[in-house]
Amino acid sequence: MTSPRRTRRNVTLLVCYGLIVLFMLFFLFPPYWMAITSFKTNQEIESLEGIPLIVQHGGTLKHYQDLFAKTDFLLYFRNSVFVTIPVVLLSMVISVLAAYALSRLGFAGAGLIGTAVFLVYLVPDSLLFIPLFKIIGALGLLNSKWSLLLVYPTAIVPFCTWLLIGYFASIPRELDEAALVDGASHAQMLVRIFLPVAVPGLIAATIFAFTVSWSGFLYPLAFIYSSHEQVLTAGTVTSLIKGDVYHWGGLMAGALLACLPPVLLYVFLMDYYISGLTAGSTKG
Amino acid sequence: MSPSGTAVDVAAPARLRPARARLWLRLQSRPAMGIFMCLPLILLIGGLVAYPFFYAIYLSMLNKRETAFIGLDNFRFLMTRDVFWQVAQTSFVFTFLAVLWKAILGFTLALVIHTVPTRGQRVWRGLSLIPWVMPLALSSLGWWWIYEPTHSALNWMLMLFGISPKPWLSDPFWAKFSVILVNIWYGTPFFMITYLAGLKSIPQELFESSDIDGASGFQRLRHITLPMLKNIIAITMLFSTIVTLATFDIVRVLTRGGPRQSTHMFGTYAFELGIASGDVPLGAAVSLFMFPILAVSAFFILRGIRRSTM
Repeated sequence: MTSPRRTRRNVTLLVCYGLIVLFMLFFLFPPYWMAITSFKTNQEIESLEGIPLIVQHGGTLKHYQDLFAKTDFLLYFRNSVFVTIPVVLLSMVISVLAAYALSRLGFAGAGLIGTAVFLVYLVPDSLLFIPLFKIIGALGLLNSKWSLLLVYPTAIVPFCTWLLIGYFASIPRELDEAALVDGASHAQMLVRIFLPVAVPGLIAATIFAFTVSWSGFLYPLAFIYSSHEQVLTAGTVTSLIKGDVYHWGGLMAGALLACLPPVLLYVFLMDYYISGLTAGSTKG
Repeated sequence: MSPSGTAVDVAAPARLRPARARLWLRLQSRPAMGIFMCLPLILLIGGLVAYPFFYAIYLSMLNKRETAFIGLDNFRFLMTRDVFWQVAQTSFVFTFLAVLWKAILGFTLALVIHTVPTRGQRVWRGLSLIPWVMPLALSSLGWWWIYEPTHSALNWMLMLFGISPKPWLSDPFWAKFSVILVNIWYGTPFFMITYLAGLKSIPQELFESSDIDGASGFQRLRHITLPMLKNIIAITMLFSTIVTLATFDIVRVLTRGGPRQSTHMFGTYAFELGIASGDVPLGAAVSLFMFPILAVSAFFILRGIRRSTM
């Protein structure tokens, strides 16, 4: 027979699972609704009969075909890739060098730079986009995807540096002193000792860099106005919406596909993603 | 980040064997090397964060055509406009309500996930983060469609429960409600993940001894969990205050500040004035109104983090 203690535990669990189900419905309904809409025919989307929460009259891939054949979606996709890859590489190089210097080469001003890095991490993009708009203009980069190569690292490098300082700091100092005695240069030490040990941190930082760069919306919206230079986020929002009749099916197909790269990265590297996310708040 | 004094002390004696002499030379060059390796970072922060910040202050003191210096006139002008006060009010109400609800819901979900058997925790945690992983501008497009009044899901479900349909994005009250709801949807996972990490870091013995003392679940929450997580709860909320006040994507995609400017926040209003209407100085001035709140939050975050790592 069940003891009162066990009954209480069962009731608690029941309440917990009930709440979890509610939260999951809340969290996952929007992507579900986007997906289901993208597979419906236009007639079904416009019809007011039946249950809208499922595909009732046979799914269609027409919205996806149209997306590739009739819109600039693939162009935006290429531009996003073109921007994201160099941004990630550049940001990682800057972050690794700075994190190594700040965690190991104690020099005058290192503490100050460390604090500055943290404060810059807290600067949101909507604070400085207007002066950056002027600066980009003065550099002749307005309406060019090159402008994003310049501004995205400001949003990425501070967090990545900070994250990597944490990983580098966990490497015992005896290790680099031994390497120095053996005549290793700082470059050798960084490549042979620090990078291999900090691989989980490097992966977390890379995922972060990729996600920020891929998801950026305000900067491309402010700096880029012609279609052939536009990236996926801003391109999907501004140019897939045409006229007064919204093509919901096509719009949702585009939005969903554009979401896919960061979501896939997350699905496959979830543990790194989460360790990077929580490192910021709990380790400090 | 403390300078490694010990290594230098060991190497300091004057008579050194060859290997140690080399070590000494290398240690000598440390500061130069350090500055050198930090140079890209310093250039980046200096050129694209610090300089733009001071440039923004300068810009905000120019006239519309940027031909004359007019001091604080842009700020004075904004203060006389009803629209500006509405933007400020929306920004503060939005931030306050969104951060509060994200904290409450995030904490509840973290507690609930922490309570169920460990096997399932990974799955729930993984699924919960999906809203946070999707690019916000794109998931906002999804919400835009959800809020569509006649053909979409939300009103259909309301009518299923016998509730009258709502004009989600075309009525000022419901439009504010809608943008805040999307922000809560997007941000709750982040709160959950940090609070869950915090819950995992509480020593289990504390709960075991309270069990022996016969403490109820609520008492444990009140006297163990909350005090232990006080710092993490505060830092996460302050951090989120900054990000939430700076909201741009959701409002831009869902309402563009409408109806009748009722959902504009500092970021979107600055965009409207500075980029869309071409009054760069006035836009810069609107953005700068965010700065005091950001600075105060940043100060307390820094203090909280220093305290927790001591």
